[in-house]
Amino acid sequence: MSDNLPDPMILVILLPLFGTVAAFVLPRAAPVIGLATLAAMTAAVVALGRAVAQAGAVSLPLAGWGAPLGIELRADGLALAMLALTALIGIAVGFGALGTFARARTSAGDGGQPTSRQRAFFWPLCLLLLTGMNGVYLGADLFNLYVMIEVISLAAVGLTVLGGTVTALRAGLAYMYASLLGALMMLLGVGFIYLQAGRLDFEGLAGVQPTPALSAAFALIFVGLALKAALFPLHFWLPDAHANATAPASALLSALVVKAGLYILLRLAEAGPFPGETLLKLMGILGTGAVIWGGVQALRADRLKLMVAWSTVAQIGLIFIALARGGADGLSDSWRAATLLILAHALAKAAMFLAAGRIKEVIGHDRIREFDRSPVRPTLAQFAFALAAVSLIGLPPSLGFIGKWSLMDGAMRAGNWHWVAVTMIATLLSVAYFSRALTGFLRFDRVRAPVTEHRGWALADAPPFMLALLAIGLGLAAAPILVILEFGQPFGVSP
Amino acid sequence: MTEMTPAMIHGLAGIAVFGIGLMGALAATDRLRRLVALKLCAVGAGFVLVAAAWRTPPAAPDPVPHALVITGIVVMISAAAVALAIIRRLHSLEAETDE
Repeated sequence: MSDNLPDPMILVILLPLFGTVAAFVLPRAAPVIGLATLAAMTAAVVALGRAVAQAGAVSLPLAGWGAPLGIELRADGLALAMLALTALIGIAVGFGALGTFARARTSAGDGGQPTSRQRAFFWPLCLLLLTGMNGVYLGADLFNLYVMIEVISLAAVGLTVLGGTVTALRAGLAYMYASLLGALMMLLGVGFIYLQAGRLDFEGLAGVQPTPALSAAFALIFVGLALKAALFPLHFWLPDAHANATAPASALLSALVVKAGLYILLRLAEAGPFPGETLLKLMGILGTGAVIWGGVQALRADRLKLMVAWSTVAQIGLIFIALARGGADGLSDSWRAATLLILAHALAKAAMFLAAGRIKEVIGHDRIREFDRSPVRPTLAQFAFALAAVSLIGLPPSLGFIGKWSLMDGAMRAGNWHWVAVTMIATLLSVAYFSRALTGFLRFDRVRAPVTEHRGWALADAPPFMLALLAIGLGLAAAPILVILEFGQPFGVSP
Repeated sequence: MTEMTPAMIHGLAGIAVFGIGLMGALAATDRLRRLVALKLCAVGAGFVLVAAAWRTPPAAPDPVPHALVITGIVVMISAAAVALAIIRRLHSLEAETDE
């Protein structure tokens, strides 16, 4: 690596941060600044990817101050995969946002913000969100992660209330409270861990002997992160917040933000004596609750975006089940299934929210029951929605299928057949609720006016379509993804 | 049971304050009251961290938790500011629709 250029790990965090400031100061140029920042950030991720591919895990003590006193950044295959995912979704949502905020909406009679204001504030918030996400992926100590997850929350709450309607503001405030409480629980837990172990960096935590007080601290952190990741029954804030945000914001919130909590749980599991047997069982039980409750609520939802938001609750539950399926190899094996599901869900859900936004925009409403009466059909957005649904349901060859397969395969090998059953129930429920929307798209017999299928495709149709194609197509590239995840061997040598 | 050191007393007090805040955050229905309760939680968590820094004199206290508390305070202030901005905006929007 040349000495003149800063380390790509620093760039990956600082570029979006500088972009945030620039986009805030120059609101007119915000879209250009945003896209340029995303491009530069992607280049930094690629550079980091090369370094990780060569050297395995790489770490960087900032300003030469290493752990335990200084802040250390660390990247391995898992972090790299998440960084790449975030850059990809950032770019896709960015292009989607160009389309969404380009059309001046005149129907702002619901107290919403004018489009120009939304566009001006979307970019700084989006870039700040990416700063926090990248910081979480690269953080190597608990306190740093706490700060980064707070940066994410602030940006996420901003994105939630971007529309400016009363419902969005209420949902955003509820989200803010939940997120603050989660963060404070994490902070208290971090304090306890420091009290017990005297260190907060993951490397230092690895050698710590488990004590009851330490377990209590981990339990606190778990509850805090479960609140942020919206694990049932702590999901109460999610459906309203994700359903009432503007489409690009929903896509970011659902695809990325909830994953930050999950990622920190994964890292904790990698580092320390966490989670214990009991906590793993609890994760599985709560995950099952999430799958069933989320599925049932998605079946009952009357609006498309609300249904997609409830499906996020169910899918998060499935990821926790993937962690809990355990078996003899424990987390050293099941983290792969969980990561695959995280990647698959992020791609498909971003595609789905962007597509749902397009559908709502073209048809004029997003009431699922009345889709089949609409004489206008946004075909490409509907197709993207269907492809994303295929991946979320887990039909082969999608990435969602690989994730679910890996979950069930591990559960079967460990003899935990009940997790296989729960996964099947989750699949059936998702088929049921997505079918509600898909039948609405495909039925034409209730249309009274002549059908005008094609109004010409807009730029905003491309991002959800590309993401949905990736959600399907990356299933065929599962082997290389697994190779990337193994760089630097998170969770030790694979069994 | 170990002897009650000042650090432990402070730590337990911190946990108690956190608990009071938690109760308030869960039970309060008023928006501002809930925010204040959450601030109380933050104070409690900060207390625990400060107590963690305590060393038997003449040893100097551990600086790391102090740094953590300061960062935590900054984070909490920014979060409270955002929450207050949303509350204010909601207040004026709801006043508009009531009229």
